[in-house]
Amino acid sequence: MLTFTIRRLILSVPTLLFISLVIFLLLELAPGDPMAQVPLTVPPEVKEKMREALGLGQPMHIRFWKWLVQFFWIEPQVMIDHFFGTTYAVGDLRVISWQTRSPVMDTVVQRIPQTLWVVGTAYVVGILIALPIGIYSAYRQYSVFDQCGTFVTMIGFSIPPFFTGPLLIVVFSVQLGWFPFIYDTTHSVDDWDSFLYQLRQMILPVMVLALQTTAQISRYMRASMLDNLNQDYVRTARAKGLSESVVVMVHVLRNSMIPVVTVIALGMPAIFGGAIITEQVFSVNGIGSQLITALFANDLPTVQTLTFIFAMLIVFFNLIADILYGLLDPRIRYD
Amino acid sequence: MTDLSNQTPLAPPRSQWLNVWDQLKKHKGALLGGGFLVFITLAVLFGPYIWSLDPQKIDYRARDFRPIYHALFDADAKTAWGNPLGTDQLGRDGLANLLAGGRTSMAVGWAAMLLTLFIGTMVGVVAGFFKRLDGPLMRLTDLFLSLPILPLLLVAVTLFRQPLHSNFGPEGGMFILIVAIIGITSWMPTARIVRGDVLALKEREFVLAARSIGTRPGAMIWRHLLPNVISPIMVSATLGLAAAIITESALSFLGVGFPSDFPTWGKMLADAVQRMEEFPERVMLPGIAISLTVLSVNYLGDGLRDALDPRIRGR
Repeated sequence: MLTFTIRRLILSVPTLLFISLVIFLLLELAPGDPMAQVPLTVPPEVKEKMREALGLGQPMHIRFWKWLVQFFWIEPQVMIDHFFGTTYAVGDLRVISWQTRSPVMDTVVQRIPQTLWVVGTAYVVGILIALPIGIYSAYRQYSVFDQCGTFVTMIGFSIPPFFTGPLLIVVFSVQLGWFPFIYDTTHSVDDWDSFLYQLRQMILPVMVLALQTTAQISRYMRASMLDNLNQDYVRTARAKGLSESVVVMVHVLRNSMIPVVTVIALGMPAIFGGAIITEQVFSVNGIGSQLITALFANDLPTVQTLTFIFAMLIVFFNLIADILYGLLDPRIRYD
Repeated sequence: MTDLSNQTPLAPPRSQWLNVWDQLKKHKGALLGGGFLVFITLAVLFGPYIWSLDPQKIDYRARDFRPIYHALFDADAKTAWGNPLGTDQLGRDGLANLLAGGRTSMAVGWAAMLLTLFIGTMVGVVAGFFKRLDGPLMRLTDLFLSLPILPLLLVAVTLFRQPLHSNFGPEGGMFILIVAIIGITSWMPTARIVRGDVLALKEREFVLAARSIGTRPGAMIWRHLLPNVISPIMVSATLGLAAAIITESALSFLGVGFPSDFPTWGKMLADAVQRMEEFPERVMLPGIAISLTVLSVNYLGDGLRDALDPRIRGR
């Protein structure tokens, strides 16, 4: 198992390198000019100097290498410095945003907690709702509950987040006035009232994101339960007189969780994609909205770094899914 | 001695597709979904000829009309039979815009779906049939699966808008760009499914027989393999159509889609969010159009999956 994990870890390095190259080339081949906003009265030689100041003077492969070094070597050092007060990275050039002229990672570190809070809560809530629905609708297949569940999950699949978002805002913020429709990120929780406010402002974005998760995971849970409910070992368990709850909740559930856990791990990246839209709808200033602002401002280093962070998340959760699969299912041997 | 002269078959011969249709008819959701999909496709295709108001026509005097059903509960509302779904803040007709927007959304959806299927099937068949290419192609598929799709879509659409704009015109360029990008980033599931099926088919006797009479690889793929993998391809076609419509609308919603005077459902929704409190119907109508289309496609896909599976079909 350990060797498999290590092998997968090593294998993910070329994948990540390839992805960063793809992103870099995409940005490089794109015809946008970072100097397009500079007034025409600025003489060309000054423009050339500004270009060089942005690091655009060198050939492509050198800039790619520089970005790699900055991202994989200098940024971790900065992090170590920050936590342990050391001075490894002092004076080294970090990935600089063209918008703010400050290191990209500083902004990312400021913004990632908002994204993680909303996305993480939504995912947990979605899973907690999805699992019981999936279990019960498989246990009572074709019952009214199952039919309703199927319909609701179909709707959850079909209604895009950029529609559920405004819809929920109209119903719950405008008509009923229950929840605020803008996520106030400067809000700090220090007493019970502010905690309640935080809870209320999180409900709408979390509901939008959780609807999709719930739809997907409860479908998988149902299918996986159905596969297991008809197997011989279930009949054996019932025949030897185990109570129905033990049969379903212990024997069947544990076996059906194997594929579902990997689906949960694999669904993580998709929900980050959904978070880009949700952040836009509810004005959460997470990394999704940072990506959009950077795109419109033609801020290539930020775009490159953020897209790569999204890619890293995907590769990381793929890895976790693979390892979990092996841990949960003893029939799978990797060596 | 048996008499061979009088052998009238008891039942007329049934083709596989007739069986599939019989099974599909039993699935109410699929039937409804398919019906709605046909309806909406016909509506956006021929609707603009019947409802021939120009969706771009600006009429300031007729702006901010409410939909006609609004008169039911609010007698003072500004409504007009000439604009049954109301008008927007520039006085453009709501119904005409909805039809024109649907045309774009459906066109992007169908084109992107066909491109996805083409790439996916080709990669899948080639990887399954030619053993030497299997490894590299599947590694490539894995790599594509690890790409962050939505961020990349955003990046590509924003950055490549300009040159395509100048070469193919604002709408044409965007259409090509969005279709190409959705196609390039969503072929992987189809490729995996097709590869798996081709690998299984390759071991069957009829392939051996075809090979033994000297069928060339091209003919083998075209005559013997492709017809047998058509059912998974059709199921992933429905999934692809739904995903493409949603992706296009999401891009339009985030403001990187088609140019501003060119209606699509996602764009209409995004434009209406600003004044959602006063005119909720402008968010609801395109939103419902997107959701219903995607829902019907998903139901159709669900029914097709059951109907095309011979193990379920008999029941």
